Amino acid sequence: MIALLRRDLQLAVRAGGGFGLGLAFFLIVIVLVPFGVGPEQAVLARIAPGILWVAALLSALLSLDRIFALDSEDGSLALLATAPIPLEGVAVVKAAAHWITSGLPLVLAAPVLGAMLSLPPPAYGTLLLSLLVGTPALSMIGTFGAALTVGLRRGGLLLSLLVLPLYVPTLIFGAEAVRRAADGLPATAPLILTAAISAGTFALMPFAAAAGLRVNLR
Amino acid sequence: MSMWEYANPRKFMEWTGPVLPWAFGLAAVSLTVGLVWGFFFTPDDFRQGSTVKIIYLHVPAALMAINAWFMMLVASLIWLVRRHHVSALAARAAAPVGITMTLMALFTGAVWGSPMWGTWWAWDPRLTSFLILFLFYLGYVALWEAIEDPDTAADLTSVLCIVGSVFAVLSRYAVNFWNQGLHQGASLSLDAEENVSDVFWFPLLVCIAGFVFLFVALILLRTRTEIRLRRIRALDARAARA
Repeated sequence: MIALLRRDLQLAVRAGGGFGLGLAFFLIVIVLVPFGVGPEQAVLARIAPGILWVAALLSALLSLDRIFALDSEDGSLALLATAPIPLEGVAVVKAAAHWITSGLPLVLAAPVLGAMLSLPPPAYGTLLLSLLVGTPALSMIGTFGAALTVGLRRGGLLLSLLVLPLYVPTLIFGAEAVRRAADGLPATAPLILTAAISAGTFALMPFAAAAGLRVNLR
Repeated sequence: MSMWEYANPRKFMEWTGPVLPWAFGLAAVSLTVGLVWGFFFTPDDFRQGSTVKIIYLHVPAALMAINAWFMMLVASLIWLVRRHHVSALAARAAAPVGITMTLMALFTGAVWGSPMWGTWWAWDPRLTSFLILFLFYLGYVALWEAIEDPDTAADLTSVLCIVGSVFAVLSRYAVNFWNQGLHQGASLSLDAEENVSDVFWFPLLVCIAGFVFLFVALILLRTRTEIRLRRIRALDARAARA
């Protein structure tokens, strides 16, 4: 599993495009928002938590179809299916690799972009924390969606239609945590719920993702 | 003789043939009685006036929108466990009916909300969860349409239906957490002390029964269509080979 993780990470970094793309997309969305709603600091501060979370969600979505597509094209997915590690394990590793290449950079970049949107200072810690515990759920749910659509030639658009409704609870709790922190309220409850969704998806979704992969490899 | 024998496609066609007119007939009778009774022979509410009467469409539609998804979940589980093709086709047949019911509930709710709440739409937990349910239905139907091989499609949509059910429930609680509601609480619970008045309650019951019959009739009809469609495909394939 470690070897697979290392391979996926190396592929993501060296094969160009995939690694920085999500981060650049995140940046562009954040930059576009003030053009859309105007540069008033108060308005931006008000909507910053939601914008940051929605942008994180969209940029996670951007790289989802790459999770299995390349492996499926060159046949290494079939090899992985016959390998000694179970497909559930493969799904977990794929989700983890996706998170490290697309989720983790977002977490690290978010405070900087928060400053650009004049997010109130007490919310920075919560923003970092909520993205840290919330983005793994985005990767895992996305891996499930990618497993469902891996056999389709043009699955990208369908993938977003399948995955975005599943993102709703994570988005609600994650953005709510940041909003509460920005208003100076305690944000522990939504933070814990965000973390619970991540933990729950990593515990259960691999089985659903593996079931989808098995059907598609049949 | 077990109940599963009725899931054999030939048997299914045999017993649903005679049942279908009855289901449609019962739906027509109870909907006519319920709606006419509700619209013309109940008093206006003292505060809401005649707008209260939209309840006879809104509540049954909302009820069936949720039950249609639940039925798809059960049918998907039956398909995954026992691999009855009719079950998968029934789940597929239920989705567009569910979409229609969801849209109907949202639309009648908006029509009622416009004079009563002063707004067509509010980000209320119930309204929002129905919108999310609608998106789930769309994704489900889109996945069915996208996959060519019928067995693969049935498998994948079943998995999606199960996962979607979990997330639909999760979303319901999440939106509760997220925003306070404008929508009134349940007024039809069997155990609640204060329910809707009997004058409105009895015609509503008839309407709900009518929607249930209509739902059953539509599902049977659509499932029969799917079975026939599949038979035609099989005949075509055989003809092409010969």
